[in-house]
Amino acid sequence: MFYRENGQFKTSYRADQQIFPIRQDRIFMLLVLAVAFLAVPMLASDYLLRAILIPFLILSLSAIGLNILVGYCGQISLGTGAFMAVGAYAAFNFGVRFPFLPLMVQILLGGLCATIVGVVFGIPSLRIRGLYLAVATLAAQFFVDWAFLRIPFLTNYSASGSVSVANLQVFGYPLQSALSRYLFCLSVVAVFALLAKNLVRGAIGREWMAIRDMDVAASVIGIRPMYAKLTAFAVSSFIVGVAGALWGYMHLGSWEPLAFSLERSFQLLFMVIIGGLGSIVGSFFGAAFIVLLPVGLNNIPHMLGLPLSVDTASHIEHMIFGGLIVFFLIVEPHGLAKLWAIAKEKLRIWPFPH
Amino acid sequence: MAFFLETLFGGLMSGMLYALIGLGFVLIFKASGVFNFAQGAMVLLAALCMARFSVWIPAWFGFESKFLANLLAMIVTGAMMVVVAWAIERVVLRHLVNQELTTLLMATLGISYFLDGAGQIMFGSAVYAIDVGMPKDPMFLFEGMFEGGVLVNAEDMIAAAVAAALVGALALFFQYTATGRALRAVADDHQAAQSIGIPLNRIWIIVWAVAGLVALVAGIIWGSKLGVQFTLSTVALRALPVVILGGLTSVPGAIIGGLIIGVGEKLSEVYIGPMVGGGIEVWFAYVLALVFLLFRPQGLFGEKIIDRV
Amino acid sequence: MSREKRIGEVVLDLQHISLAFGGVKALTDISFNVREHEIRAIIGPNGAGKSSMLNVINGVYTPQQGAIEFQGKSFAKMNPRRAAEMGIARTFQNLALFKGMSVLDNIMTGRNLRMKSGILAQAFRWGPAEREETAHREVVENIIDFLEIQAFRKTPVGRLPYGLQKRVDLGRALAMEPRMLLLDEPMAGMNVEEKQDMCRFILDVNDEFGTTIVLIEHDMGVVMDISDRVVVLDYGKKIGDGEPDNVRNNEDVIRAYLGVSH
Repeated sequence: MFYRENGQFKTSYRADQQIFPIRQDRIFMLLVLAVAFLAVPMLASDYLLRAILIPFLILSLSAIGLNILVGYCGQISLGTGAFMAVGAYAAFNFGVRFPFLPLMVQILLGGLCATIVGVVFGIPSLRIRGLYLAVATLAAQFFVDWAFLRIPFLTNYSASGSVSVANLQVFGYPLQSALSRYLFCLSVVAVFALLAKNLVRGAIGREWMAIRDMDVAASVIGIRPMYAKLTAFAVSSFIVGVAGALWGYMHLGSWEPLAFSLERSFQLLFMVIIGGLGSIVGSFFGAAFIVLLPVGLNNIPHMLGLPLSVDTASHIEHMIFGGLIVFFLIVEPHGLAKLWAIAKEKLRIWPFPH
Repeated sequence: MAFFLETLFGGLMSGMLYALIGLGFVLIFKASGVFNFAQGAMVLLAALCMARFSVWIPAWFGFESKFLANLLAMIVTGAMMVVVAWAIERVVLRHLVNQELTTLLMATLGISYFLDGAGQIMFGSAVYAIDVGMPKDPMFLFEGMFEGGVLVNAEDMIAAAVAAALVGALALFFQYTATGRALRAVADDHQAAQSIGIPLNRIWIIVWAVAGLVALVAGIIWGSKLGVQFTLSTVALRALPVVILGGLTSVPGAIIGGLIIGVGEKLSEVYIGPMVGGGIEVWFAYVLALVFLLFRPQGLFGEKIIDRV
Repeated sequence: MSREKRIGEVVLDLQHISLAFGGVKALTDISFNVREHEIRAIIGPNGAGKSSMLNVINGVYTPQQGAIEFQGKSFAKMNPRRAAEMGIARTFQNLALFKGMSVLDNIMTGRNLRMKSGILAQAFRWGPAEREETAHREVVENIIDFLEIQAFRKTPVGRLPYGLQKRVDLGRALAMEPRMLLLDEPMAGMNVEEKQDMCRFILDVNDEFGTTIVLIEHDMGVVMDISDRVVVLDYGKKIGDGEPDNVRNNEDVIRAYLGVSH
């Protein structure tokens, strides 16, 4: 009744091609943005911002990057943590050696370095597929883990092995409070999400999906598989690198390679699978799920009067993740995003059943 | 020179241990075309089960014999691995027939996490010991040739022997039995094999159960050596380059690949490591595998992958 | 059915093509040519090598021997992208549609060769990028109109019935604005109505755009009706070449299909 396309006629292709062709969707999106930019700052506690919203935003961005590679282009990557690490450490190095560089530039440079590393490890992927690519990305993960631990230059000769950033500011405004950091991350993520959405609904996005669905046919149309895969790797690594830099700068403050370990790579992969392969909004769903589950597991049993030890909670978490991955792969490979789309479909014809 | 030999032997031994885990990968891939990321979790699960039951059973039934305890624990664990295999087939594999490789890989990743969590909830997550009577003392070989002899771990030698025996048995099984042939058919094309009457479900249960038993052997050996702890599952990740090198479909390849990786790791750590800050064991195997993939994706003994339009 | 035809010069010339996979000889010493604007059928029993022949023409397979001359230029090796750039498009026997995408997107991929916007432009989707997308969308919509699949343009192709999927396959090939169209059994698995529709589309494409058509087809009625010339293959060898009526009466051809000489 409320959500239908009745009366919304498109008179130009341009109108038909917009990201949210249905007016109700546009309104919904504006509401979401209003809540995010206006309501949350007024209502959210510091804890909510620091422990939930900021990680959620940054991990969503990372998931978007990974989704481009895995969901849209059909390549597998188990080394996403490594690319986040490259982004973080590279940004740190630029910041430390060229302190005059603005914050955003440092972060973008971090992304660029991640792109370069991504392309280097991605070039072998052109000749190999599927599971072999998993091996290549694992190689990247382990190598990068080692490099940021053992190569002193990369940590600016830090004695403790960890690096930290301080005195962050953008356009003269200090980014110390949780709120300022939240707004900064929100802005960055919003912009990048828009850019990513534009890419996946344009020509390059179609190329990626063509490669994913049937790369032999794609080459017959004139798409170059090599170019498509490399661009997917490059764009994905860039976004993931930027997310990594944000993670280090905005969320952690100080970090060591463990923050970007294999566990993180798997976590991101799970986000993408659960949230929905090949969906930008799905990346947000997946990130929300992964961020909220441990919080839920820690608090809900408590509230029900059945306290779980931290260990047990962590094991249950693993079981739930594993179980959900299998569940989604079997039942709904398009993840939560598809469930969301189905819900919207039902809503369109509500209150009628079909 | 003796030091070099020691390092070499050490590498060969650890290579055999890797091969043991790699065998599990090869088995499952050879027979179902699935790349089983959960192999490490299976090793951990088997080791945990073994470790705990070998302590619980004597406690419940009140006897002292270590040998009997271990034997019973092994039987229980073996049975459990078969049940796990059955469950995996029933719940996961059956529904993913003929899906792409990457989907199956991610599914086994999910299984891995699930088994990891479940195992530790069932059996606890402290570090446990497995004691199957493996000799813990070092041996000294070649005392005549080299001053003081070459230091070798007796436990490792036994492990190597066990691994070699297993590999031999499995290689024969695949090559010369009807079931082995059926397994190879299934690995090639699930649907085609199904359509000529090969009972996919049963085959998969068999294969995963065998892989589970291999995981049990690997778990006992590794667990006895390192103690049973969750890092066991990451050790399994180190075995992945082994099968890439050797060829995912080759049982003897797992051994050769294991030896190469084992020796390569140890030698590179000792001789190249100090130049670049040490600790390169973490990535050496993987980068080696990566380089290999560039030139020979099917590994040393694997089957060539042909793409038809 | 008689039509005005402007059959032109030879546009594709295949000389002594031999193709083998390991020990299996798919094609042996095949030579024939295709003239511009004509409809050339390739027929033959199953396994004769017809699909392999098409794959050679657009570079998916590389023949061990022989040369391909397209528009006067000679190639020993062709690759699919170069074939696409030179204006050769094709459909597939087993449909090679991108199952994850809608009809519209599938056909839009056919325009990819002609889309020039770089990645950055696409990401920001400012003026020129948006206009280019819209311009190509218009071309694709014309094709959708032509193939009468407007109602399905946003449907994921995986959900469409087989006959419609075949139309999308054709649409994607048409989106490349090809000079030569290779159709691999475009009517396989269709009922009579669907075949008539497909015939109409093929003839219209040939009439309106002058596209040269090389088509593999099993339905003899269709072949005899719409093709200008026919090549007959059997076991990788050419056993007939000429106008439909001549080929129909060729003894070798009859023997190949029926197994006994009449």
